Amino acid sequence: MGRYVIRRLLQFIPTVLGTMFLLHYITSLAIQFSGNPVRALFGDRTPPPALLEAITERLGYGDPCLDQRGNPCFGLFLDRLQNIFFHFDFGINLRQRDVTDLVADALPFTLKLLVIAIVFEAVVGIAAGVLAGLRGGSFTDYLVKISTVFVISVPIFVLGVVVREFVGVKFGNVLRGQEWIPDVISVGVFAPVFKQEYPLASLIIPGMVLGAVSLATTARLTRTSIMENIRADYVRTARAKGLTNKRVIGVHTLRNSLIPVITFLGVDIGAAMAGAVVTETIFNVPGIGRLVTFSARTGESSVVVGVVTMLVLVVLLANLLVDILYAVLDPRIRYE
Amino acid sequence: MTDVNVKMDALAGVDPNALPLQVKNLQVEFRTRNGIAHAVNGVSFDLRAGETRAILGESGCGKSVTAQAIMGILDSPPGFVTGGEILYRGVDLLKLPESERRKVRANRIAMIFQDALSALNPVFTVGFQLAELFRKHRGMSRQDSKARAIELLDLVKIPAAKQRVNDYPHQFSGGMRQRVMIAMALALDPEVLIADEPTTALDVTVQAQIMALLAELQQERNMGLVLITHDMGVVADVADRISVMYAGRVIEEAGVDEIYASPAHPYTKGLLESIPRLDLKGQELSAIKGLPPALTNIPPGCAFNPRCRYAQEVCRKDPAPTLFQVSPSRTAACHFWKEVKGDE
Repeated sequence: MGRYVIRRLLQFIPTVLGTMFLLHYITSLAIQFSGNPVRALFGDRTPPPALLEAITERLGYGDPCLDQRGNPCFGLFLDRLQNIFFHFDFGINLRQRDVTDLVADALPFTLKLLVIAIVFEAVVGIAAGVLAGLRGGSFTDYLVKISTVFVISVPIFVLGVVVREFVGVKFGNVLRGQEWIPDVISVGVFAPVFKQEYPLASLIIPGMVLGAVSLATTARLTRTSIMENIRADYVRTARAKGLTNKRVIGVHTLRNSLIPVITFLGVDIGAAMAGAVVTETIFNVPGIGRLVTFSARTGESSVVVGVVTMLVLVVLLANLLVDILYAVLDPRIRYE
Repeated sequence: MTDVNVKMDALAGVDPNALPLQVKNLQVEFRTRNGIAHAVNGVSFDLRAGETRAILGESGCGKSVTAQAIMGILDSPPGFVTGGEILYRGVDLLKLPESERRKVRANRIAMIFQDALSALNPVFTVGFQLAELFRKHRGMSRQDSKARAIELLDLVKIPAAKQRVNDYPHQFSGGMRQRVMIAMALALDPEVLIADEPTTALDVTVQAQIMALLAELQQERNMGLVLITHDMGVVADVADRISVMYAGRVIEEAGVDEIYASPAHPYTKGLLESIPRLDLKGQELSAIKGLPPALTNIPPGCAFNPRCRYAQEVCRKDPAPTLFQVSPSRTAACHFWKEVKGDE
């Protein structure tokens, strides 16, 4: 097991370096094609060339390779690697704030959002899947099947906007008109966008939107898996042992059925990160996703490369954790 | 051991003098999309304490379904018990509510399944799966029940039981797994053990060991054993009485010696003739021609008539032949049992 983990950690190196280079190249290309991002700082005004040059130099956009379209800027990439790995310096944004600071500010929001999404999809998804799987062909089964198809076929940006419009604005307005409803609910939970005063309550609906699509997949996966296992020989043995139905399902069937579901949830942490970029933008959550979106828009390559590198690390670690958890759930799996 | 029976609830109406198991006219059907499959059509047999009753028949004749109906673990739907009685010491199990029925399982009537690898839960240790019985049925602590699990593994002769109790089923060999299954079935000292083809998945030497172990444990406990099999060799070794099944019916019932000496039903006769014999080496193996009928479409009259060399007009018409009394201790469901028997 220890050797397996070490081997997996070593595999992180090429993955992380590859991702970083790709991001570096894409952001460099963006600058090469659309011009010096520093000009954005001055808005409509034309800055004195000397000042522009000084700031450009200081922010690290002065390298001549950034003027040559298509140049991969290897020198710049090596400098960046050196700064990140030897000085833990991820660079600064246009307003000269450290990228690490920006991430530290934004990360808690994204983490909360992700936790809400994953918990929502795991709890509701597995519960719905079990209910549907135990009684294939029943009303519950059809309800779960139809509602999941519906959710899966709507893209998250459509779902997000629709939910914001109908739940946050329309329904929220109705609630806010009622005196007796506490503000946490009417202003917080049903806020159309993120509210600084209710940092947790106003993340609940964005989190649910983020988890919705994967929830549908989780429910379907659990349903199939339960249906498969409920007819298994060992479930029959458990019944023959005179165990209660609750124990036959809850212990003997569920443990086996959850193995593929856990795998999916693990992979989904990565997908949820990508979804967070969309959800955060729609609901105006000041998290990592919004940070990346805005930085990409303004061409702040140091921010994009830094943040996404951290995200890649998080996803890789999550996947490793799931693989380890997999061995705990299924003793037949051994890593060496 | 004072802990035994601490939590075991008394079953109302149990008559200690009645037979441990009596099946009367059991009927089971499966309601499928392609129609109703009549899997069991009036099976009856008795089982005395310490007796071994073999239920013999080819695949799909309703042996396993009978066993599952007795245990009350039929997949329902599609399987339904539509008639008959299953009596445990005089109590009809079919009339018990599920909560009472559950207490009969493993406590009074236990079952061993065919393929021990798939019948054991792959994600729990064998110790957990054994101890679970003591924890849930006897209310014992984790520690005590684990000690009992080790005793059980010892009982079924698993070497180094203390260490192996923490192993998972896939870490055991086929024979060892079947021993674990046996240990699990015997954990709560049942009076009746149903073994559904316990040796089919094993190779021949291991088969003999498992059957010997079963016989030994059965004798120790004076336990009734229902042995479901299609292996005539196994039956001859261990069974006291035999019920031969065909298309969901018992077509012959007799003591083991009587049936081997002079079968009274053409199907039984065909089965016995199809056993390969060393003295007939080089000759063609005799086989029963044709296939058993689909259970959704059992022919009228005797279900065996399309394959039977004795069949006459009477065999092709309903009603199917009832069980004729061949001798005081045996019955056969054939109009021509005299000819079949005397034909030797």
